[in-house]
Amino acid sequence: MGFEFGAVLAFVVVSIGFAFVALTIGRLLRPHFPEATKATIYECGEKPIGRAWMNFNPRFYLIALVFVIFEVDIALTFPVVAVFKEWVARSPTAGFIALGELLLFTLILVVGLIWVWAHRDLEWVKRLQTGVASEPRPTGKRAA
Amino acid sequence: MAAREAMVTGAGDVLLSHTSQLDKIINLARLNSLHYLLFGLACCGIELMQTGGPRADLDRFGAVFRATPRQSDFMIVAGTLTYKMAERCKILYDQMAEPKYVISMGSCANCGGLFQLSYSVCKGVDKVIPVDVYVPGCPPRPEALTEGFLRLQEIVSREHWKSKMRPSGLAGQGAARTA
Amino acid sequence: MKVNEIHERLQAELGDAVGPLSEPKIDPFAVVRADRIVDAARFLKTTTGIELDHCNVISGVDWPKRNVIEVVYHLSSYRHRHGIVLKVEADRAKPVVPSVESIWKTANWMERECYDLLGVVFTGHPDLRRILLPDDWEGFPLRKDYQEQGGYHGISNERENPLVELRRLDEKRLAENPRPPPAQAAPPAAPAPAAPAKA
Repeated sequence: MGFEFGAVLAFVVVSIGFAFVALTIGRLLRPHFPEATKATIYECGEKPIGRAWMNFNPRFYLIALVFVIFEVDIALTFPVVAVFKEWVARSPTAGFIALGELLLFTLILVVGLIWVWAHRDLEWVKRLQTGVASEPRPTGKRAA
Repeated sequence: MAAREAMVTGAGDVLLSHTSQLDKIINLARLNSLHYLLFGLACCGIELMQTGGPRADLDRFGAVFRATPRQSDFMIVAGTLTYKMAERCKILYDQMAEPKYVISMGSCANCGGLFQLSYSVCKGVDKVIPVDVYVPGCPPRPEALTEGFLRLQEIVSREHWKSKMRPSGLAGQGAARTA
Repeated sequence: MKVNEIHERLQAELGDAVGPLSEPKIDPFAVVRADRIVDAARFLKTTTGIELDHCNVISGVDWPKRNVIEVVYHLSSYRHRHGIVLKVEADRAKPVVPSVESIWKTANWMERECYDLLGVVFTGHPDLRRILLPDDWEGFPLRKDYQEQGGYHGISNERENPLVELRRLDEKRLAENPRPPPAQAAPPAAPAPAAPAKA
């Protein structure tokens, strides 16, 4: 275990430290004048009606979910890519094994993508089902 | 080491303010990125838009318009203020975060202007919020508004950050303003 | 179709509820009795050949000496390119006029404005409330006998003459830090201790 992870440690320290230092300097330098009227909800100058926190549409959640899955896919592809050349140099069989494993991994996730796509969960503007009077689907199919 | 920031008022007096180096740095950073709340109400709003336009550019001073009071440092009240709007103006001013300033642009915002005798016009925006810089004109040319903005920068450059940290009566917000 | 032809057909329909056509100035007008204005409006809009489908403006005029508030209807037709002006006289003490909002939808806001500024109540209007002034304004400003209430919600409607005000502020500032006499050779030192409020 040499100091190979020294760079990683430096990155972690600097990134966390940067956030802390920036926020602390702001906290020390900025004025603090809390007032009741200042904390009211912004409604273009009108007296606010209702709360500012609202429900958001679940389609954001669906898109984000699919994105995260494929983001992890990419993240796991990077180390394979990094060592691929060595594996190929060792022997062609090893190269094919690596490629095959990677393709199999991606294929499993793509099958999931195809299912989500065909299930019409990736559509942003949902279309109503014409003709058939169907029950409302549980995955947020209501027209916004 | 202190710096002496001088400012010549309209009446010819020279006002001096002793600012420390830390004040200088902070003020330099602040006055070069004053964001203003868009509050164009009438014809002066058109001139405000042109002052933000390419010929007389307010953006070169770092002044970008914001649509929300939470992200703005000062407010340019451009146009005639009616009583109905004056209440909203007060709420928006209250919702801005300190340190905040107001430029009153045009004669309607200064004193009611052309429509002083009307039943529904508020005779000047300083009836509802405190004003730092008055820019006369009907409407003021973009160059005039730019001069008003430079005056505001002078005001900011003469501030002491310690005096604006906590609410403490006069020293909180009114200390750095000219009479 | 000329204005007097429209007026003749209107008079043929409604009889003596329609007054004579005024002398031709820019817009000759005819006075219609208040209770028949809706019938007149419906007739003018639906009759083929007249078809005044556009209500340009509904405004009000306050005549304190004649003790009426006139409501003026400017009507025109896009198809036939003609028009007419109708006037309804309402009693100034209690101005009530039937609403023509069911005939021309644009009359909705115009009658609201008339109510807001002159106090004319339009019966049958679905949503008669103030449109320009704040909702809790008292009084009808365009009446000739309107008195301002002295401000609104605590904001006063008086302001000192700026010349007087600025001179007063200048004199106060000069009294606080008097300028050194101009005969001094050295540059005038600003009296920093004497001006704590200037920061």
